Formats: sequence, structure tokens, C-alpha cells
Amino acid sequence: MSGSDPILQVKKLIKTFGKKVVLNGIDLDVHKGKVIAILGPSGCGKSTFLRCLNGLEDVQGGDILLENKSLVNKATNWRLVRQRIGMVFQSYDLFPNLTVIENILLSPLKVQKRNRQEAENQALELLERVGLKDRADDYPRQLSGGQKQRIAIIRALCMNPEIMLFDEVTASLDPEMVREVLEVIAHLANQGMTMLIVTHEMNFARLVADEVVFMEQGSIVERTPAEQFFTKPNTERAQQFLNILQF
Amino acid sequence: MLNSAINVLFEGRNMYRLIEGLLVTLKIGFIAVVITIVAGFVIGIIRTSKNKMVQLPFRIYLELFRIIPILVWLFVIYYIVPANFELSLSSETVALIVFSLWGTAEMSDIVRGAVISLPKHQLESSKALGLSIVQMYQYVLIPQAIKRVIPPMINLITRMVKTTALLTMIGVVEVIKVGQQIIEVNNSHYPTIAFWVYGLLFFLYFCICFPLSQLSRKLEQKWAV
Repeated sequence: MSGSDPILQVKKLIKTFGKKVVLNGIDLDVHKGKVIAILGPSGCGKSTFLRCLNGLEDVQGGDILLENKSLVNKATNWRLVRQRIGMVFQSYDLFPNLTVIENILLSPLKVQKRNRQEAENQALELLERVGLKDRADDYPRQLSGGQKQRIAIIRALCMNPEIMLFDEVTASLDPEMVREVLEVIAHLANQGMTMLIVTHEMNFARLVADEVVFMEQGSIVERTPAEQFFTKPNTERAQQFLNILQF
Repeated sequence: MLNSAINVLFEGRNMYRLIEGLLVTLKIGFIAVVITIVAGFVIGIIRTSKNKMVQLPFRIYLELFRIIPILVWLFVIYYIVPANFELSLSSETVALIVFSLWGTAEMSDIVRGAVISLPKHQLESSKALGLSIVQMYQYVLIPQAIKRVIPPMINLITRMVKTTALLTMIGVVEVIKVGQQIIEVNNSHYPTIAFWVYGLLFFLYFCICFPLSQLSRKLEQKWAV
């Protein structure tokens, strides 16, 4: 652990839907540059947890601190927070009425009011990095699922966020397209982006994550360095989970 | 006899008056449609709100115009409102009020339906990109909803044009009223005049509404979701 304050702190986070408790007191510190994979059986609350961090769900208790500043209060301007915490979803969520470049530039130009030339240069550079520069003027319907998802990642990156949240971004992709998307995320990890990744791709998690957070029924069961988690997890429950996945 | 009656249409100012009546129909239709589209969009978007207190009044408004026949609305506003509120409204004004209120109610439902049928993740990803509510509607939701709005909107316009036929009941001198007047004047000499006048009306309405309904069908196929 580095000595500095964590960039993101979650304290005793509670989320309920009616009577159903979805997150039951989550504690988590995230240090800058760390990649945390969040694993667990479906329905354990891992997606909801990410959505809370981006203000897409309101929370019923606990606190979220971004650089020591609480986000759980009425005064929080989530529009500003969301520019610092980018999120990519499972569904291909590009806007079908806009071209690739328009999708990417929408937020930098309209929300961040940046200079078009400068934002466009960054967008094209990012597109080039993922090998999609020639698709800038295409519409999303002309792209494959993997291409769309790579562009969704770039669209979030183009806001220059400090943290990225990935919510099962490869879960609805055809298997042969999973790799191209994971490579983009792995590259980000190498560059030192702070990331929280909800995924079912165990090999990928083992490869890119510094730590694994294993969740079940709305609680964190264990938090372990990635390599150790996959070879010798601390809890029986995590071991069972890994056994099921080993086919 | 049958053939000579057709000449009545071209006698004197008859044809001119029919065209004039048609223009009244189209004028009322056009103004009401413009108001309908603008107000319907605004109210439709407001109605996408999840707030029950916002939804309820608009819901009642919509149902009132769905349940109560337009003819009744015309009579209510034309006869009852002026008598009780010392307002004098011309029949054309009443026609415009009723048609705009009715059209707006239906249009708002079309717009609302189109917006809420958009995938939820479109809304969430615009939020996650930091867009404001206005920006989200402006750049993401409305442009996508428009394709779903236009075909049913054209159908609504067609219905509104057809329904202008009711305006003769409150004394608007539109194309049907003119037709009836021509029939009344000439019926004794030319018993078949009704056939020609209504035949012409049939043709005129067809000329206005058929292209619209074709356009709506074409767009629906082109933009099939």
C-alpha cells in the first residue's frame, strides 16, 4: 500500500431497493493507479456498487469520498464527479444518432466546453491507439460489438477521468471480440489508470488487476492481491467460487 | 340529368367557393397542427417525468380528450363557454382551440411513448458522461425519439384533417358546409347534384390525406426499429 491518501474511499455503504438490501456496508479504499477487479456470483451487488460510485443509484447509508470529499450529500454536483469517474456499461451504449467522433466529442465539447480542435486531436489519437481511426465518421450501427465497446471506452476516456469503472463490459460480446476490448483495458492498466472492473473474465482479472475484491450478498467477503486470490484465496467461499468457474 | 348536374360545380362561383371552403379547412388544420406539434413535444417531454404529481394533470387532460367525442368538445366550447363567461368566440376560434387541445393531448402521448421506449442505457450513459438533463434530451433522447414520433404524428395529422369535417356542425364555413349549401340551392333542379358534390369532396379529402398516409407508411418501413 502506498502511503498517500486513497483517491476513493467507500465507507459502510448501504444500498437498498425497497426492503431488499443490495449493498450491506461496503468498505473499500482505492489508491491512485490501482486496478481492482470486483468478482462474485451474479446478483451479489457488484454492478450496483459501481453504479453508486457514479451517482446512478442513490445510497441509503454510508459514505463515498473522492479525494477526501464526501459525495453522499445533496450538494454533490454529480455532473462534475462523473467527469472525474468515467463509466462503461455492459450494453453497447453508443448513441446511434451520432457518428463515432460525435459520440466521443459530445461530452468534451458540450459538458466540458473544451476547444474543438484540441478535443478532436485527443479523440483521434485515442481512436488510433485502438485501431479505429478510420471509423471516426461511421455510425454505431456500422460497427461490430467489440468495436462499439472500444469506442465507448474511448468516449469515457476523452473526458480525462481520474478513475474508470467498467461494468461487465465484455459480458454481451461475442467471444471472439472479447479480447480486443480487454486489450484496451489492459493497456490502460499499464498506463496507470485507476480502475474498478466488474468482470467474469477470470484470466483477465488475474492479468490486469492488482487486487481482487470478492463480493457475495452485498458484502465484501475478501480482498486479496490478485495472484494470491487465484492461487490461494483466503476464504472458503472464494475458493468454491473459483472451483465452479474452473471447468 | 346526371351529366348536366356536374356542370353546376362550375357554374357561377361554386367551384371558387368550394376551394375557398377547402382553404378554411386547411387553414384551421394547418394552424392546429403547428400548435399541436410544438405544444405536444413540450408536454410529451414533461410527461416523461417520473413524478406522479406532474403526470396526473396531463394524464387527466389526455383522457378527457380521448374519452369525450370531439363533437361534444366543439359544442361545449362553442355554446356553453360563451354563454357562461361572456366571451364571444368565433366558430373558427373555437375550432382552433378544440383541435389544438385535442391534437396536443394526442401528440404528447406519442412523444412520451417514443421517449420512454428508448433503451434505458441511453439515458444512463448520457448521465455517466456528465450531460445535463437538457443536454441529454437535446443531443441524445429527442433525436432518437423523432424517428419513432414522425410516422404516428403524420397519422394524427391525417386524423385531424379528416375531423375538420365536424366543424360544419358549429357553423364554420369549410368545404363540407359549402358543399351542402350548393346542394341545397340546386337540389330541386338537379337531384343528382349531391352525388357530384360529395364525389368532389371525397376526391379532395383523398388528395390531402392519401399522400400523408403513404408518407407515414414509407417512413415507418424505412425507420423500422
